[in-house]
Amino acid sequence: MSIATLDFASTEAAIGRGGGGPAPTRIVVAYGFWIFLLSDIILFSGLFAAYAVLQDNAAGGPTGRELFSFKTVFIETMALLVSSYTCGLAALSMERARADLFYVFSALTFALGAVFLGIEISEFAGMVGEGAGPSKSAFLSSFFTLVGTHGAHVTSGLLWLVYMVAQVAVKGFRPNVRQRILCFSLFWHALDIVWVGVFTLVYLIGGR
Amino acid sequence: MLGRLSWDAIPFNEPIALVTSIVVILGALAILAIVTVMGWWPYLWKEWLTSVDHKRIGVMYVFLALVMLLRGFADGIMMRSQQAIAVGGAEGYLDPGHYNQIFSAHGTIMIFFVAMPFVVGLMNFAVPLQLGVRDVAFPVLNSVSFWLTASGALLVNLSLFIGNFARTGWMGYPPLSELAFSPDVGVDYYLWSLQISGVGTLLAGINMVTTILKVRAPGMLYFRMPVFCWTALASNMLIIAAFPILTATFAMLLLDRHLGMHFFTNEAGGNQMMYVNLFWAWGHPEVYILILPAFGVFSEVFATFSGKALFGYRSMVLATLAICVLSFMVWLHHFFTMGAGANVNAFFGLMSMVIAVPTGVKVFNWLFTMFHGRLVFTTPVLFSIGFVVTFVIGGMTGVLLAIPPVDFILHNSVFLIAHFHNVIIGGVLFGAIAGYNYWFPKAFGFTLDERFGKASFWCWFVGFYLAFMPLYMLGLMGMTRRLQHISDPSWQPLLLVAEAGAVVIFLGILCQIAQLYVSIRTRASRRDLTGDPYNARTLEWATASPPPAYNFAIMPEVGEVDWFWEMKKKADLDELPPTYETIEMPRNSPTGFVSAFFAVLTGFALIWHIWWLAILALLGAAVTMMAFGWSENREFEISAAEVARIEQSRPGLGRAA
Repeated sequence: MSIATLDFASTEAAIGRGGGGPAPTRIVVAYGFWIFLLSDIILFSGLFAAYAVLQDNAAGGPTGRELFSFKTVFIETMALLVSSYTCGLAALSMERARADLFYVFSALTFALGAVFLGIEISEFAGMVGEGAGPSKSAFLSSFFTLVGTHGAHVTSGLLWLVYMVAQVAVKGFRPNVRQRILCFSLFWHALDIVWVGVFTLVYLIGGR
Repeated sequence: MLGRLSWDAIPFNEPIALVTSIVVILGALAILAIVTVMGWWPYLWKEWLTSVDHKRIGVMYVFLALVMLLRGFADGIMMRSQQAIAVGGAEGYLDPGHYNQIFSAHGTIMIFFVAMPFVVGLMNFAVPLQLGVRDVAFPVLNSVSFWLTASGALLVNLSLFIGNFARTGWMGYPPLSELAFSPDVGVDYYLWSLQISGVGTLLAGINMVTTILKVRAPGMLYFRMPVFCWTALASNMLIIAAFPILTATFAMLLLDRHLGMHFFTNEAGGNQMMYVNLFWAWGHPEVYILILPAFGVFSEVFATFSGKALFGYRSMVLATLAICVLSFMVWLHHFFTMGAGANVNAFFGLMSMVIAVPTGVKVFNWLFTMFHGRLVFTTPVLFSIGFVVTFVIGGMTGVLLAIPPVDFILHNSVFLIAHFHNVIIGGVLFGAIAGYNYWFPKAFGFTLDERFGKASFWCWFVGFYLAFMPLYMLGLMGMTRRLQHISDPSWQPLLLVAEAGAVVIFLGILCQIAQLYVSIRTRASRRDLTGDPYNARTLEWATASPPPAYNFAIMPEVGEVDWFWEMKKKADLDELPPTYETIEMPRNSPTGFVSAFFAVLTGFALIWHIWWLAILALLGAAVTMMAFGWSENREFEISAAEVARIEQSRPGLGRAA
């Protein structure tokens, strides 16, 4: 998403003010990605709203209290929160141009993300196995869609992470690769924020 | 192997659909044949299909909108004719199944594939020029956005030949749009084409907001931006805040249809009114996404052709932002009859009336801009004045509808139809056509014919009143919307007047086609050599017509609002021989076109349940994205000597400095 087109003016004065001509590429890219993340959070807000409306419509089927297990969800949550920390460490390693540390922390991030995803998939599979699949009731439709959309984001995040590690391995920490990694880490942290909402609204409040 | 797709999908026993299909397919084949025989493919591929130039992309958006306008209008005049004929004992010529598809397609196409690409195209073309920069923030993403919109349009048109379109109305309300009541592909065509084009629109919005906030010429402070840029900013912020809601809502309906979920079904706890709420939480801001850029166009047109600065620049900006915020607080007025209770309805009724206040501020600003100006009655000005008159009427009927007890009587009547056509034709479309006439010389380097332009205005203007004023009356008489057959013969005279109005609008469209044809034929004598044919005020007129790929050889240093006007007053144009520098520009990229190819395949496969193809196409799209994500050297340089050569080949130009 880089566009060096915009580096032509006196860029230093542009930072934070906009009066000094087009902002430098790294700012434009990060800014655009921030706005994308905001739009993604609005997408989630639609799904949250649907869940809030439908959570009591179990239609005679199982409710959240019968289905959710705090213990596994807690482990799941911890895995994702810690993965955000390791993702931050990976970004710091990039700042110091330490490829070895970057690989280690990226691997840790990937592993924790995979643990999160594995727990989620087994939770889903267990529920479907008990006959509490997404077509059982409006409550379960909204549950699977909200949590599943987050899970789909995590999945694409994991693929993106592998892709970025490959870019670092082949190209090194070039400026455009660094920008892409920065966008990835923003994305990963945003997923954490969304998960805090899911954990609170779905599991803590809905599982009582 | 082919999912639900079989020969039954081709409308062999529906003569109207079949003949239309054959004509359109033959037309498309003829165009492809001409392009191939003339050897135009390399040019098309290099200069248009893979172009990431915001001006080219803007032109393609507007072209798409104009083509789809013909399709949407054909649907509209068919409905008018059916209602004028099918009264009392007569059955008309459209059976209910076909008629229902036509009104659904008409609304869907006019909103998503005419109004949206038209205003997005104008913003794409004009905003970077007005900001004095060389492109948008993310040029390749811009191309992806356009091609995704075009993909959605293609899928909608495909439904004419293969399968059918939704019969649910353009809002697709459940439970009618659920699998139980709409088991065939119509609703899937509706949902997938809008999902794909919706992603395109969202990406376009992100791109435009980033551009306006972060990519401006030096000195272009917020309060020096042309008002069109402000309205574009507000409109695109609304896109970012509203379109994801639509995507989420349609995703839920798709999950209901594809995976048997129960978001909006009648059984298992589904909630239909949630769809209606979510739909209009997008739908009402959408109205302002469309109208705000039109307001921007009028502001430019009135100021330019009055030879005066816009009256009340700051109040115009504030009114725009106020509308931007308020637009999210009125969605419930689309369904007062839901039964939310008196207090809720009163709140949303009041908020709806409050929106009329900033809009009124704008109307007075436009009037005062013309006051004591030397107004030149060009085609854009006629459309703008026609807008002020028409839009005020539409706004007032809107305030009527915002009164809940009145709405209970008029809900879903043709009074409502008259109201929103009043604001969409009189507001959005007049604005879009004014913008098209206004910026055409900038885009192509020659002016549009004024005689046919003015004739088209009068046809549109008179035709609109003839077509829709009768609907206000019929609505008050109790006629509901979407009637395939009219049982009360006393309504027929007014319906015939409305039909006559549609014919007059058709004449207006013919005038526009003639205008384009005549202007292209006589372009040699109507060249705009100055780059500033109207003695205009904003920076897009400071460069050549058409502008070079890089827009400005030297980026302007902005010191004031209406900076081009100030530059001309100071007459410091061409004072010093400019020193050119190397310019870095984005390279063409096939990413957008290839993404669109896979998007159409994915959409088509999902509509027809051809799962293997859907997986393959999604993989193709993923590979396309990854290839772009890996790419290097996305820019190339235009040397200073080359810039000098381009600039000097155009006398009197390249003077922005």
